[in-house]
Amino acid sequence: MSVLFGHKEHLVRMAALFGVGVVAFLVLQALLVPKGFGVYGHYRAGALEENRARPVAFAGRAACVECHSDVPEAMKGGRHEGVRCEACHGPLAAHAGDPAEKQAVRPDSRVLCARCHAANVARPARFPQVDLVEHAGKEACTGCHKAHNPLAPAPAGQPGAIDTGGTK
Amino acid sequence: MNQDRREFLARSGKLLLLTGAAQVAFEAVLRGEPEAAPNYRTTDHWWAMTIDVEKCIGCGNCVRACKEENDVPREPFYFRTWVERYHVPEGDIEHPEVDSPNGGYDGFPEKYRSGDGSKSFFVPKLCNQCAHSPCVQVCPVGATFESPDGVVLVDKTYCLGCRYCVQACPYGCRFIDPRSETVDKCSLCYHRITRGLTTACCETCPTAARVLGDLKNPKDPIHEFLRAHKVQVLKPQMATGSKTYYNGLDGSVR
Repeated sequence: MSVLFGHKEHLVRMAALFGVGVVAFLVLQALLVPKGFGVYGHYRAGALEENRARPVAFAGRAACVECHSDVPEAMKGGRHEGVRCEACHGPLAAHAGDPAEKQAVRPDSRVLCARCHAANVARPARFPQVDLVEHAGKEACTGCHKAHNPLAPAPAGQPGAIDTGGTK
Repeated sequence: MNQDRREFLARSGKLLLLTGAAQVAFEAVLRGEPEAAPNYRTTDHWWAMTIDVEKCIGCGNCVRACKEENDVPREPFYFRTWVERYHVPEGDIEHPEVDSPNGGYDGFPEKYRSGDGSKSFFVPKLCNQCAHSPCVQVCPVGATFESPDGVVLVDKTYCLGCRYCVQACPYGCRFIDPRSETVDKCSLCYHRITRGLTTACCETCPTAARVLGDLKNPKDPIHEFLRAHKVQVLKPQMATGSKTYYNGLDGSVR
């Protein structure tokens, strides 16, 4: 016992050094570890918020039909009923936010329709697809088809009763 | 006296069960949401995606929409999602011919003929949102992580750009953004899905080949899809816990 406490000074010095070490560790940890690190896991909790805090480019169908309620009506029962607005019209969150600021552009039907309906052997065989030139020459697709309901009968005065056979 | 004893037992029980670190984590779970996220509780969701290969027509809408929504560099080879075209000679699933011109951004010019016994089809790819992600495991600084709602995210302000995760991802889903020299990848449109919207790719997919699902929502149609179809994940042998489920996936797909 006396052997141990005979060198009390050494013990105190060691304890002091240890104490300084602990304090230095805590200070460094507080300085170096970013805020929120470890709250949910081995990452900054704030990163979740940062990932969320970005503007959207596509408004989503619900926002479109708030004003354009006539379009779902026109698409009803048609082959394009399940296609959402921005699939063809492009990102329009800016338009949904302020209709005056950004206007939707009418896409070129020869380009737009071909993206899905130009014949391609890799497409599922049951998906309606045509050789564009053979099918329509240089005509715009919208000359015969209504984009919102492509197989609907042609309105009076427009060419082409559309053959609905063979597309299934 | 009796009340005191109960309290004492409860507290010591908690201390026994939950040591320091676990207790902090448990409290975070109880709180259930990142700060300043009023209507969205991360613990209420577990995001996943289903992809029906038999419905994909290779139009490239998802690729274009993704670049638009997430400000992905427009040059080729930077993609958060892309579409591959597989061409498999008859019966030879070991040697498929795979191409993905500009990730499918401009569609796929016809280059195969039918009738020679071969088959062709499109496979959309994106981050598989693995529950046990190899990319998260290798990150030396905790700049990429699995969020409590099951999305693998990147902390751009904390990423060093060391590229370990780019090599670790078995699906090739990560790239270094040349503007910031930090890693980027599909975030499953985290800024959209936490606001009640679907992802940009699902929003614009004309055939609903890709559908976002919440596995924690019992009313989500994803449950019916997973029941009704024989689904597969990519590279199941890697045990990544992928949450991107493919229907109609051919054995030739890597």
